[in-house]
Amino acid sequence: MSSTTPAETPMQSDRAITVYERSRPGRRAATLPAAGVPEPPLDELIPAKLLRQRPAELPQISEPEIVRHYNRLSRRNFDLDTGFYPLGSCTMKHNPRLNERVAALPGHARLHPAQRPARAQGALELMWLLERSLAEISGLPHVSLQPSAGSHGELAGLLLTRAYHVDRGERKTKVLAPDTSHGTNPASVSMAGLELVKLSTNERGGIDMDDLEAKVDEHTACLMLTNPNTLGLFDENISRITSIVREAGGTLYYDGANLNAIMGRSRPGDMGFDIVHVNLHKSFSQPHGGGGPGAGPIAVSERIAPFLPVPRVARRGGSNGKEARFELEYDHPKSIGRLRGFQGNFGVFVRAYAYILSLGADGLHDASGNAVLNANYLRARLSEGRASEYVPLAFDRRCMHEFVLSAAPAARRLGVKTLDIAKRLLDHGVHPPTIYFPLLVEEALMIEPTETETRETLDSFADAIESILAEAEDDPDLVRGAPYTTPVRRLDEVAASRHPVVRQSPRDT
Amino acid sequence: MTRYTATTDSEQAAMLSAIGVDSVEQLFEDIPADLRLQRPLDLSAGLSEAEVFDRLASLASRNVHADAEITFLGAGMYDSYVPAIVDAITQRSEFLTPYTPYQPEVSQGGLQVMFEFQTAMSEITGLPVSNAALYEGPSTVAAAAYLALAATGRTKLVASRGLHPHSRETLRTYGAGYGSHLVEVEVEGGTTEPAAVAEATDEDTAAVFIQQPNFLGAVEDVEELAAKAKEHGALVVVACDPIALSVLRPPGECGADIAVGEGQPLGNRLDFGGPSFGFFCTTEEHIRRIPGRIAGETVDVDGRRGFVLALQTREQHIRREKATHNICTAQALNALAGMVHLAWLGKQGFVELGEILVRRTAYARSALAEVTGIELIHEAPAVRELAVSVSSPDGNGVDTDALLDHCASRGIAAGVPIGHEYPEYRSPLLIALSERTGRPEIDRLADALAEFLDAGVPHAATSRREVAA
Repeated sequence: MSSTTPAETPMQSDRAITVYERSRPGRRAATLPAAGVPEPPLDELIPAKLLRQRPAELPQISEPEIVRHYNRLSRRNFDLDTGFYPLGSCTMKHNPRLNERVAALPGHARLHPAQRPARAQGALELMWLLERSLAEISGLPHVSLQPSAGSHGELAGLLLTRAYHVDRGERKTKVLAPDTSHGTNPASVSMAGLELVKLSTNERGGIDMDDLEAKVDEHTACLMLTNPNTLGLFDENISRITSIVREAGGTLYYDGANLNAIMGRSRPGDMGFDIVHVNLHKSFSQPHGGGGPGAGPIAVSERIAPFLPVPRVARRGGSNGKEARFELEYDHPKSIGRLRGFQGNFGVFVRAYAYILSLGADGLHDASGNAVLNANYLRARLSEGRASEYVPLAFDRRCMHEFVLSAAPAARRLGVKTLDIAKRLLDHGVHPPTIYFPLLVEEALMIEPTETETRETLDSFADAIESILAEAEDDPDLVRGAPYTTPVRRLDEVAASRHPVVRQSPRDT
Repeated sequence: MTRYTATTDSEQAAMLSAIGVDSVEQLFEDIPADLRLQRPLDLSAGLSEAEVFDRLASLASRNVHADAEITFLGAGMYDSYVPAIVDAITQRSEFLTPYTPYQPEVSQGGLQVMFEFQTAMSEITGLPVSNAALYEGPSTVAAAAYLALAATGRTKLVASRGLHPHSRETLRTYGAGYGSHLVEVEVEGGTTEPAAVAEATDEDTAAVFIQQPNFLGAVEDVEELAAKAKEHGALVVVACDPIALSVLRPPGECGADIAVGEGQPLGNRLDFGGPSFGFFCTTEEHIRRIPGRIAGETVDVDGRRGFVLALQTREQHIRREKATHNICTAQALNALAGMVHLAWLGKQGFVELGEILVRRTAYARSALAEVTGIELIHEAPAVRELAVSVSSPDGNGVDTDALLDHCASRGIAAGVPIGHEYPEYRSPLLIALSERTGRPEIDRLADALAEFLDAGVPHAATSRREVAA
């Protein structure tokens, strides 16, 4: 690519046109059944003052045009099924289509959430089996599947902590969290009405133990630890950390978003943690859907169990040749209550359970092994050549499932920042890593390849980084102007927030 | 090499050598030895694809789903017919497998869907600003409380008892963290009493929560209730069924500050309760306090139209502990399903669907009210759901389980028993209509109920229950 403003690519010639702009008065797609009952005027059934005066402006468009519209839109997305997606801490591993197939079985997909338990035994048993599997994987005996995403699990865990201390008559309000924790942790702490106390990171990438000793006190309600942390490093002082917090009377919360690194190899429960959340849309292969759905089940220790959300799934009988029965239990007086409606994101549970059955104990162990192998191999590849010079490792150590580079030297010496490298990767057909996170690393690039990628893919990513840095030495403007081949190029995000246009103008609808 | 991985033994050896270690195990040495699991997980060994399918199919076969019986179950999630194109579009890899659109240049498809969805939800609720969806209904109600508490600096929440019991429970759960407390207002004759709202609301009330139609199926006069709430400066939050808003006056025209709700009726499967989505719409005044993702329109460096995540300074990854919510992963794919369903229904079909439901509900009321022992709990206007109480010939309540078992033996899921949540009614049942339950199905329900009540001996039902279970 010799010019910074190449000709428009085929993808760019497809202009953004909304479904509303494709709408024409009088067109429609739906055919509906006849009412089949007497049809009095609507205002005889509902007083006119409660009725809508004009219909909602929804699109007027034929079915073939809807299909074409959304299929064309889909081609303006980059997706995991097409290319490498090494987004750090997001675990973009392959999404098995078997899981979609079993989730779509009518017995799952068409089951009403208010169906009586006696007529939903398969669903409740599946939930119970998934709970037992997650208990074994996490090393914590009691599980609630209710939280709908990782951050929902965090909030649940903090409300559990709160309830635990209140029940003991303790007034503890401070939550310790290192600056390498996940981005959602601080906001979860606030929503739980607790106070965040930040811990700094030592030169090895773990918690600064002096800082921990200085900040832990009788007001410490909880330590929230992402482990391996967002640097991809397992905290070597884990045993000391947990005993310090436990001695101070705090609970221990394990952010399990990075569980993919340790499945089958080490367990938060064995490390001394009380609460862990698990992202089924990361470690357990539920597709991410462009921003959900997910699920963030929590597993907890005995001392936290009485406070778990209701309803809880219970198994009764099953011995002496009698068939086991599964129920939803509500009668747990110390429970924090409901976190949401009904039983949780059941469709996600089906997929996650299918994944666990597919891999089994051996497969989960191999998955984490391959995830860590791939990350370390890519780390080694990126410790050579120009990468080692311009985008060195933030912490030059062996990593777990992910690692963080710092493009600070590239920014200083080439005038090419992390953002520029990320955008240029798009022209190589690769999704960029997570950028500018964790915040403690200047110009961070957080890379998580996952276990389902091949060595060739890892090599080609390393080659792409090398080629971008070579380009940047010759012509930094080329990199700063990227991307060139995508459906749109760099977008004015500042204007979008200063003067937000967040819906189609009413006159265009 | 296991399922879904690719590394061969020789590749592994080469990769380990490039890393400078001898074994994969060595890569885990940062984990203290005593914390490394010294045994395999106590799970079964991995199964073949065919075996996994059979295992899951066997579990699924033990659920009685909505195609296996006539269903009148509702209570927040409804058996809407989901058009085939929803499955086709949502299963496309390009929508199914990306992450949240952090790189807008390669996420225009998903971002534009959000923008279209926001437009549609804004139209339906009559409020100018919509986010791109939260988890689901009740937790979205709680998100509205978080906004209201922050916006007003007050601590009290007032909720009609017509608000879904799950939403009220969720408000209590989060209230422990929010530092708020909840006061409930009675429902009289099916709807919320304006005078009771006025009495419960005071200078410390952050928000008043109303549901439209309410949990008992009754259409509320939101405008009148909102006016009472506003006398003391409380925000008005209306939790609504989006399908009902096809025919009902939108909350934005009735004085609501926030409209939220369960999105499942829009294009989403029943899925035993999730995943679906929650929608959240509000006024311009609160745009910078809204939770979750919002797509905004902009242009690229070449002047091409495009979409980005807007107003991100509200969000957890930037604002940290001062964020408007902690949500990160939400329900984007489910919102897409909602948008495709809405485009398919279209401006006319949406209204027609609402009208079908209103008329079928009216018919169901009259048909069921003719059954001796069945009484309507209220005669307030209704859109798609009605509440009845059931009495045995001796004037007492009935064994609801036995009643439901009897109907199940006739191939009917008769409704959701709500006696636990509303003990003031006699054996109350919530009955929901859909485009899949027409006159023949309603008549069968009436017959099955009449048969049970004529039989009149709840004790005799015990043996039937065992058969049905």
